[in-house]
Amino acid sequence: MDILAILIPVSLGLGAVGLGAFLWALRHRQFDDPNGDGQRVLSDRWDDRPPPD
Amino acid sequence: MTAILHQPRLGACPACDAAPDRIILSLPDAHCALCITQVEEALSALPGVRSARVNLTLRRVTVDAPGLSPDALIACLARAGHPAHELDPDALASTTADRAGRDLLMRIGVSGFAMMNIMVLSVAVWSGADAATRDLFHWVSAAIALPTVAFAGTPFFASAWRSLRAGRLGMDVPISLALILASAISLFETAHSGHHAYFDAAVMLCFFLLIGRYLDHRTRAIARSAAAELTALEVPRATLLSGVVERVVPVAELRAGDMIRLRPGNRVPADGIVTDGRSEIDRSLLTGETLPVPTAPGMALSAGEVNLTGPLILRVTAAGPDSSLARLTALVEAAETARGRYTSLAERAAKGYSPAVHALAAASFAGWFWATGDMRVAVNIAAAVLIITCPCALGLAVPAVVTAASGRLFRRGLLIKDGTALERLAQTDTVVFDKTGTLTMGMPRLVDADAVPPALRPVALALAKGSAHPLARALASALEGTVPAALTDLREHPGLGIEGTTPDGPARLGRAEWLGCPEDPGAGLQTWLSVPGHAPLRLDFQDRLRPGAGECVSRLRLQGMRVILLSGDRAAPVADLAGQLGIAEWHAGIDPAGKEAMIAALSDAGARVLMVGDGLNDTAALARAHASISPASALDAARVASDMVLTGQDLTPVAQALRVARQSTRRIRENFAISFGYNVVAVPVALIGLATPLLAALAMSISSVTVTLNALRLDRGDR
Repeated sequence: MDILAILIPVSLGLGAVGLGAFLWALRHRQFDDPNGDGQRVLSDRWDDRPPPD
Repeated sequence: MTAILHQPRLGACPACDAAPDRIILSLPDAHCALCITQVEEALSALPGVRSARVNLTLRRVTVDAPGLSPDALIACLARAGHPAHELDPDALASTTADRAGRDLLMRIGVSGFAMMNIMVLSVAVWSGADAATRDLFHWVSAAIALPTVAFAGTPFFASAWRSLRAGRLGMDVPISLALILASAISLFETAHSGHHAYFDAAVMLCFFLLIGRYLDHRTRAIARSAAAELTALEVPRATLLSGVVERVVPVAELRAGDMIRLRPGNRVPADGIVTDGRSEIDRSLLTGETLPVPTAPGMALSAGEVNLTGPLILRVTAAGPDSSLARLTALVEAAETARGRYTSLAERAAKGYSPAVHALAAASFAGWFWATGDMRVAVNIAAAVLIITCPCALGLAVPAVVTAASGRLFRRGLLIKDGTALERLAQTDTVVFDKTGTLTMGMPRLVDADAVPPALRPVALALAKGSAHPLARALASALEGTVPAALTDLREHPGLGIEGTTPDGPARLGRAEWLGCPEDPGAGLQTWLSVPGHAPLRLDFQDRLRPGAGECVSRLRLQGMRVILLSGDRAAPVADLAGQLGIAEWHAGIDPAGKEAMIAALSDAGARVLMVGDGLNDTAALARAHASISPASALDAARVASDMVLTGQDLTPVAQALRVARQSTRRIRENFAISFGYNVVAVPVALIGLATPLLAALAMSISSVTVTLNALRLDRGDR
């Protein structure tokens, strides 16, 4: 059962990475316009170059 | 990158420097990827625009364009085929910083993370881990669960504490008790190498209830931001005259005694007396009267009326809180307290549920303690009962239903401003309509275009095109296709009509007495046309029906609703409209207090009234009614007084809203029944002490998922 000493921290670490990604997205206002972001994928406006910002 | 895009300021005028850099426009029609591209490209192509970003969820575009006026942007979008309205960024500021929503989302994220990790450990325990391994897993779970419950459960603890201090037993009290008891017992069991720990149940309870809390918060935030958007829709400005200088100022800065200029088409910003100029005034929003009223110096105007034909100079007599508009708000507030007493289905359910749960838990504790004398077993079972009876249906299912229903109605063009509006709407059995501006557009139409002989048409069109008066505009649109005659010396006589010179002499379009014709006071909307060499011709107009009005009324009657028409207008046009729409019950010439009294009388007689109206004369009635709807074209005060606002022109969403409201109330009841059913099965199991953590976790997640799926079922069906 020594493997548990590795597996438990690994599973917690992976979960923490996911949580971190979620909090990062939240901080960067990625949930402000869910409808618009879904629709923007369909637009070919910035296909050839990235939008300036 | 920004340095290249930074364009020099175009507007060199001093007024432009005062304009804010960031302009927010509302885009009511935007709905797809193409709309985003079109709007952003059209705006970016405009010189002076640094950036434009559409938010499709809020249907807004934020433009960074220093020095450009909103009107220029609106005109540009209109050319691209997208109607837009200016929004007041100050009025919206409070809604953009949605800190509470993000805070809840963060708690959901943290509890979701904790729940998944504890589940992984719990599965191992359920599948037979024992002795040291089980203890290890329990300790790791405890290390994750305890901080999570403390952090994610804060909203429940805070709310439970508030309700306890107020002496009430809210829904959050059993939730908090279950969270604390479950955590404490699990910790105790872990320390004593016990078999069962409820860490997973405690965290899962947090997770599901937070989702419900978030949905509830979002519905209210959307409603609040929609209400703020409606307020921001009218950016109130007035043209102030000081000496010979004209200045555009916010209406809030007007004081009694100020002189203001009122151009044709402007809304009167404050109560005042006309000192100069002649014009006609549209009072339909205040009185329901469709006929414009002529004005002359010395006449008093009230805020909310619209100046039609000539420029006016107004001396302000009362502005802001003293104006007639503000006085009307008091009437509305008085009427609204009646509605504030409404208790929602969830509140009524919680009132019975909460004490019952506590009694059950206490009884199971007492019973087991008496029977076995074992404190540990008794507390364990009481906690299991609390966890099993967790009010997921109340905390999650009701917000889910309301969110689904309001989202569906928003797509159809109806904004829900109040959380309980749907429930109240579902209970209504009587619909009272206002006439002008609600069932009709408040825009006249020529009754019979063939009544104008072809010989007179070119002259009539030339005259009509020279005026902004609604009747002249209606005439011009009716005569579309005719080539207008060339008239010289075209002049508008405010309050009277328009005059032009033909080769044979002067031609006039306007009031009967100005043309020397007999006036028929009984007739409806009319104007006279006199062309040299022809007898004066009377032109009759009629208000145009709002699109969907006929369909809406017939659908309501099919649903078995009693439909009533109440109007401040004269009897003839009201009777005419009632006949056209097949409304049997109608009353004309009713003043604002009369409308409110009528609604009150109907309510006293046991009817649940839905009021649909737009004018200032409807506000008190809107606030008094059990539920109320106003169109977006309504005056600010009317929109504030109503629970729901139609965002488009069409009236059909009213009938659809009633159906959706009844359906969502049915879903809420079903959800109560489902969760009650779960409890009937699960509570006895918990009471006899067989509710293992596995069973608790299963029961809780299955019931939460079932009620949520049932709520989302609403969103299907006809689209």
